Parts: sequence; C-alpha cells; structure tokens
Amino acid sequence: MLKELFYFLVYPGLLFVSVAGGLLSWFDRKVTAMVQFRKGPPLLQPFYDFLKLLLVKETILPIRGSKITFILAPVFGLFGALIASVFIFIPLLGIETGFQGDLIVIFYLLAIPPLSYMIGAMASGNPMASVGASREMKLILSYELTFLLVIMAIVFKSGYTISLNEILEQQAQQGAFIGSIAGVILFIVSIFVIQAKLGLVPFDMAEAETEINHGPFIEYSGTAYAIIKLTKYIMLFTLPAFVIALFMKGLQWNGIQILWSVLKILGVVLLLTLIRNTNPRLKINQAMRFFFIWMNLLAIVAIVLVIFGL
Amino acid sequence: MAFKDFIFKKSLWLFHFGGASCNNCDIEILDCLTPRYDVERFGMILVGSIRHADVLLVNGSINQKDKVRLLELYNQAPKPILVVAIGACGCTGGIFAQGNTFAGPVDKIIPVDAYIPGCPPKPEAILAGIVKLLNK
Repeated sequence: MLKELFYFLVYPGLLFVSVAGGLLSWFDRKVTAMVQFRKGPPLLQPFYDFLKLLLVKETILPIRGSKITFILAPVFGLFGALIASVFIFIPLLGIETGFQGDLIVIFYLLAIPPLSYMIGAMASGNPMASVGASREMKLILSYELTFLLVIMAIVFKSGYTISLNEILEQQAQQGAFIGSIAGVILFIVSIFVIQAKLGLVPFDMAEAETEINHGPFIEYSGTAYAIIKLTKYIMLFTLPAFVIALFMKGLQWNGIQILWSVLKILGVVLLLTLIRNTNPRLKINQAMRFFFIWMNLLAIVAIVLVIFGL
Repeated sequence: MAFKDFIFKKSLWLFHFGGASCNNCDIEILDCLTPRYDVERFGMILVGSIRHADVLLVNGSINQKDKVRLLELYNQAPKPILVVAIGACGCTGGIFAQGNTFAGPVDKIIPVDAYIPGCPPKPEAILAGIVKLLNK
C-alpha cells in the first residue's frame, strides 16, 4: 500500500512528472522565444505561474451553471493524467514490469483530461466555453481513431502483445521500431496526434485565445486553473515519453544512457514546438479532414507494411 | 506573505482594456510584447480572459458607455488585481477631459496602482512603469 502511494505521489507520480513537465514547459516557451528572436522567460517561470494561481489568486465560481461539476472537472483531469503517467513510467523507467494489457488502459486514461476540460466548460455556463467544448469534442472524435490505429500497428509489430513492458523488450532485442519504414510513418502520424492531444497550435482551435478567449478555460481562475496548468505540464511530459516508449526503445536511467534519454525527450518536444511555431491555426473542419482522411490513410498503409514485415 | 508577494510579482498576466482610444496606446502596448522589448522576460504574457488576469491595463479616455464595462470587468477579475492607467487619456483624460461624454479618468472609477503618462507613452516608458510596479 505504502509502495503504491509512493509510486503515485512521488516517483514516478505527481512530484516527478510535474517537475519534469514544468521544466519541459519552460523549454517549450524558451524555444518559442528563440524562434521569434526574443529572450524568453526565466527557468522557473512555469512554477511561478502555477504557485501564483494556486496560492495567491481568488477562485471564482459561476453563478449560472453547476458549481460542483465546474470545480471537480479539473481534479478528474489531473488524476486521469497522473494515473496514465504512472502506468507509462513504471515500465518505461524499469521500476516494475506493469501488467498485461496496460497499453489499452493507458489509451483510455489519456482520453480523460480532454474529456474533463469539456465537462468543466459545459458546466461553466459561458457561451465561449461551449463553443470551445464542442470544438474539443470534434477534435477528440477525429484523433482518437488515428491514435488507436497507431497503437494497433505497434501491437502487430511487436508480435501481438498488449503490454508496454513486452513492447520495450521486443525493441531491446530487434532494435527500435523507428528504424523501419512503417515505424517512420507511424512516428509522423503519432507526432500529429499528440500535437492535437496537447492542443498545440495547428490544432489549438478549442482554446484559440485570440478568437474565443481560451475556450474551455475562459471561466477558470485561481486554484482550478492552477490544476489545469499542472495537467497540461504533466501531459507535455507524458505524451512524448509514451511516443518514445512505443518507437525509440524507451528511457534508460544508467550511465551515459541518461544523456540519451534526456535528449530523446527534448528532441520530441523540440519537434512539437517547431511545428507549433511554424504553422497557423486550422479550422475544425480542416483538422477533421486531416485526421479522418490523411492520417488514417497513412496509419493503415503503415499497418499493411507491418503485416508484410517492413 | 513575503513569498506570496514574490510569486505574484514574478508572474503578472496582462489583460488589455482599450476605452475610447485613438489606438496609439494599444499599438505601443503591443510593441512591448514584440522581440525588441519582450516583456515575457519578466514572466508577463497577454491573456484573453479577465479571469486569468493579474494586471488590468486601461488606456484611452473612458466615456459613459466604457465606464459600465470597465466596472464590470473590474468586478469580474479575481483579486488581487493591479490596475495600470496608460497614456494621457487614461491618467487624466487628456484633451477629452472637458468633453460631454467623458466619465472621469480611470482613478475616479476604479483604484489605480500605476500611471504611465505620455501621448502615446514609448514602450521604454511602459517598461519603466512595469519595473516601478515590480519594485513597489
């Protein structure tokens, strides 16, 4: 019991992923600043933001709308992201082996944070938030199928296993999955999927701040918004780590491998940041078409390639 | 308390309210966010919703219709919130001070923490005002 609590709250749970996610969020903002020839925020800026929202600011509840749902939705989102990250990092960091079928559990848990944003937005009673929530819903409908196809292709490629630990062992024996043609295609598809899952720029129509003023988060302030920020930091660390587990042999925490592991994570986040800084925001119908037609097509081509052993 | 104060000053999020402005101050405020002046060095970003704001930037002369909206925004903002009046119109009313529809400078409607005069103030002046606000 004590061991599980330690896993959940300290390592690799709440404390570890939120500190790492905060640092990655700083990296993202710093790279954005460098792309725009600015200086950028100081290293601890994400933590200042989080602590300010948590400790200093007032939390305002909406008069119209459901107060309890409004305040509980971010908490559910945080717990979903947290449990998903614990299930991902336990096999990934070699702490324990995880259990059979955890890939499917992770897939469903990663869908909880966007769903909770949507529920919270609907409970706030703000029309802008409703627009944001409906866009978020359409976005979920479009990328989840693609994400499932990517995971299916990985399952086929690793010899029909649905355990993250066995996928990592397969890659340790026969080389990283990104070394094959199908692996490269699937990696490209999954980068776009996590871009949409994180709500970064080509797919940020749900929280378009110049258009519908942060969409689902428009009514959140103070502690509730701090929890949403924390969820975002955690997702920014967890999703790249999941992609690295599926395609790049995972992370190893010994000797020179630590450097490699950090570079892998920074590389994937750098890719996401560069995509975010060099693209305009899509309309929701363009994003749906992008995922439904092109990304699904690429994923199915990759599955066929996997079945032929390429 | 000192820790809360330190944290608050490290991460001020800006919300921009333009009254009946001639747009010069708006453009100078946006200049502060550009690569040349870059207020994100101090942890400041422009947010779209008043619920996330820590600083309410007010510029332009405030007429009868703006007064209602400014009060509404101030009441909707989560406390603590700082108010900064930017430009001659925000600080005193400028050339509109004797007008029919003028509803008083900003500090007659809501409490103001810092004044940045100028018509329009240069981005350097706005940065100097920000630094004074941080050291206050």
